[in-house]
Parts: sequence; C-alpha cells; structure tokens
Amino acid sequence: MRFVSPEAYAKTLVASVQEYSLLCAQAIGDVFSRPRYMADIYTQMDSIGVGSLPIVVLTGFFTGCVLALQAAVSLKEFGAVNMTGELVTLSMVKELGPVLTGLMVSGRNASGMASELGSMKVSEQIDAMRALGTDPVRKLVTPRLVATVFMLFFLTIISDACGIAGGAFVSVAMLKLNAGTFFHTGYMSLVHGDVVEGLVKPLFSGFIIATIGCYYGLRTTGGTRGVGQSTTQAVVASSVIIILVDFLVTQLMIGIFGR
Amino acid sequence: MAETVMSPQMSEFLASGQPMLEFENVSIGFEGHQVLSEVSFSVAHGETRILLGPAGGGKSVLMKLANGLLEPDSGEIRVFGRSLQAMKERDMYEMRAHIGMVFQESALFDSLNVEDNVAYRLEEEHVDPQEIHARVLEALSFVELDKAIDKYPSELSGGMRRRVSIARAIIGRPDLILYDSPTGGLDPITSMTIIELVLKQRDVSRTTCLLITHRLQDAFTLATHRYNMQEHHMEPIPNHGIDPSTRFLVLNEGKVVFDGATLELTHTQDPWLKEYIE
Repeated sequence: MRFVSPEAYAKTLVASVQEYSLLCAQAIGDVFSRPRYMADIYTQMDSIGVGSLPIVVLTGFFTGCVLALQAAVSLKEFGAVNMTGELVTLSMVKELGPVLTGLMVSGRNASGMASELGSMKVSEQIDAMRALGTDPVRKLVTPRLVATVFMLFFLTIISDACGIAGGAFVSVAMLKLNAGTFFHTGYMSLVHGDVVEGLVKPLFSGFIIATIGCYYGLRTTGGTRGVGQSTTQAVVASSVIIILVDFLVTQLMIGIFGR
Repeated sequence: MAETVMSPQMSEFLASGQPMLEFENVSIGFEGHQVLSEVSFSVAHGETRILLGPAGGGKSVLMKLANGLLEPDSGEIRVFGRSLQAMKERDMYEMRAHIGMVFQESALFDSLNVEDNVAYRLEEEHVDPQEIHARVLEALSFVELDKAIDKYPSELSGGMRRRVSIARAIIGRPDLILYDSPTGGLDPITSMTIIELVLKQRDVSRTTCLLITHRLQDAFTLATHRYNMQEHHMEPIPNHGIDPSTRFLVLNEGKVVFDGATLELTHTQDPWLKEYIE
C-alpha cells in the first residue's frame, strides 16, 4: 500500500473540490444557455425516473409497513396506538420518503452515471465528443442533472404516498386499526412546513446524485478497474453527502418553520 | 469525398500563407514526468506530416494538444493561425469543426450505430436529415463500408471500426485531419487498407494531415505511393518518385530529433535515427 503525505493529500482534496465546484457551476450555467439537449433530458428522465419507479414504490411501501409495525409496538405502551397514522405520515413525508428515495436513486443512478461516463472516458469517447465539437458537460452532465432533480421530486411524492399506503395496510390488516382514523390523524398532523421540508430535500438529493455520479465518471482513469472504482466511490460519496445535506436542510427547516 | 468547401475565413487564412498548425516551444508533463519538452514544428497547407518515434514518446499527447484536448504547460500552439491558449472553450469547439480526428482505439460511440456515429457532427450542426443521410452514405462508401451502416461498433472488426472512425472524421470536410495511430493493433493487410484510405483522402481532397504511426512501412508507403483515381487503387509514384508534400517528424523521449523531408530522413547520419529506421 502506498502512503501519501498529508500535504499531497490535502492538495488533492482541495483540487477535487475545486474541480467538482467548477463542474457544478458549468452544468448549472448550461441549463440557461443554448444549445439544450432536450432529447437527452427526456431519455434520462425515462431512465432515471420511470426506471427507478419499481424500487422506489417497493422501498416506500415496505418502509411504511415496517414503520407502522414498530410504531404500534411502542405506542401501545402509552395507549396511543391510534397515533400510528400520525407517526407514519410525519416520518414518511418529512424524513424517510425523501432520504430513502434519495439513497435508492443514488444506488441505482449515481453508479449508472459514473460507470457509463467512466467507460466513455477510458475508451476516449469523451475526447472524441470534444473533438467533434460537442461540450461533454452540456451533452452528458446537464441533461442528467435536470432529469434527476425533476424526477426525484416526483419519485419522493410517490414514495411518500406508497409509505403511507403501506402503513395503512399494516395498521388495518394486522393491527386492526380503523383506516379512517389512520388517514385522518396522519392528514391532521401535517402542516405546510412539513410538506415543504419533504419536497425541498429531493431537490438537493437529485443535484448531489447527478453531479457526484457525473463527476466521478468524468474523472475516471485506469481502464475497467478505474470504472469500477469510480462507480463505488460515486455511490459512497453521494449517499454520505445526501445524509449530510439532509441533516443541514432539516436544521434549516426547523429554523424556518419551528418544527 | 467531395472537395472541401471552404469558409471565407479559411480562404482568407490560406491566402495568408501561414502554417495550418504550429507548435512553438511546447512542453507538457504529468505527475512530475516530462512528456514533451520544447517541441517546435509547423505543418503547411496540403502537407502530410508523419509523426514517428518509439512508444511512450509523447506522440498521442502531441496529437491531443494539436486539437486543444490538452493544454500545454508552456509554449504556444497555433491552429489555422489562431493561438489555442488565447481561445475560450467555446471558440475551441468552433475551431474543432474544421478538424477531423481519428483516435487510436477508434473511440466510436458504442451506444450509437455506424450511421449515427458518422452523422454525429452533422446532427450537432443541425444539418437537414436528408443531407445527413446522403453525406453519411458518401463517407461510408469512401471507406468502402456502406453495407455496415446499421451495425453497432461491437459488431465490427478492429479494421472496420478504424474505417468508420475515418468516415466520421472526414464527413465534416475538415481542413486538417489528425490520425492517431490509425493502423495500430491491426494486421498488415488491414493496415494497408487503412493506409490506402489515408492516401486516397490525401490525394482526392488534398487535406492537410498529421499522422502518427509505429509502422515505418506505412510511413514510407505514404511517401512513395499515390492514389490512382481512374483505377481506384494505390500505386507507386513512377520512377521511384516521392510525394513532396509528405514530411516527417520524429520524437524521442519528448524531444524532436528529426524534422524534414523523406530523403533527408532516409539519408540521415544521426546514429540513433539510423538505428531506429533500420
């Protein structure tokens, strides 16, 4: 194993942050200028959004189921089992829906982007694209960024709905609770700030997934082994950053809405 | 291929008599290793410049520098009279519209079929689809690969991929073509087919080109042969003639060790160069 001096490591880290920031700035800037690759945006929306639908639906549904089961056990001790709906709904909308959807989409798409762009990089297709007069960031990164941010927003709403449906299913079928009570307490517990919080988080997660996936893909070196490394790094980095940013956004939202 | 249609700016540039490509004291290194140092040379209009040298000598890096895909650490590169260092990335993309490049491993887009690969540049320029299709057919018939139009790169042999790559490079009717080891890794017969295509492009369109090769026989074939347009094949230039527009540049360990014409190279007294050629 090769050891790197702290100075060299720090320099590499700062250079990586700089490269990532420049990539993000360029990808955002390209959204507002021509040419725009609309066909690529729609293709990515289909691949990222529609393609991720099954895992998001299943994850959301079973998370809601588990949440209802676990909540009922704890709430039973306080004689508050009727509040299961409130707990499931609040947890799904504010936290679990956005974070789990982000992590699921990250696992599926950040890895996909890193491996696809990484393979293109090591086989000189990115250089060929530049040589043919196309800006790879505009053609490859911006459509993925737009598609991920846009689709993750709706995937999170679907995940929230499936989670609440899963919670309701367990509450009614297994805990023998009243469905009306479940939905009523859940609905009444939500305030405007909770919904805003739950819908702001996927915007950040989508941005992180696309930019981290593309960043690691575009900096791939070292053949097929390098592609594998980039893919792993992209998933690890995007997952950690999603949770970190989730913490920061939650803190911010508590500061704004007071809950 | 049809004759190159020149833009007014390009005609004006050519009238000025400046070289198509100029390197002036260009140096570049990676992770403390100097790859090119103080490289200077120029390529005139209509010239075929063959780049020779041992593997790892910086030839492919030089090719990428010429197309602005890499930035030098020092020195200046001028393409069509304009300094690449003074250009913004956006201007660089416009400049590349006049340059065709054939990559070492073809670098075809593996998710696109042959037609879309070849048409890529024209589609980016929003050319009329009917014209695109006609020009793709023209380019593919030039490389004698019109039957492979619907195939994907994974279905093609190495030589076929190289030919598609040439078709993709010439479809935009470039003023300068960069060939990065077009015969690398190919068997001698397929290599000769590729060299014939390079020669055909040179003699039909008179396009300036810079070509890297590891095979000396390919280099000397280019210098001693011409394309017979009536009989559609390559033939030796009569009376042991040598193509005057073909010149050589030899790199060794990142430095230029030879820059001159064919006969100067074959009659060199430099011991390293003599050994390399022999």
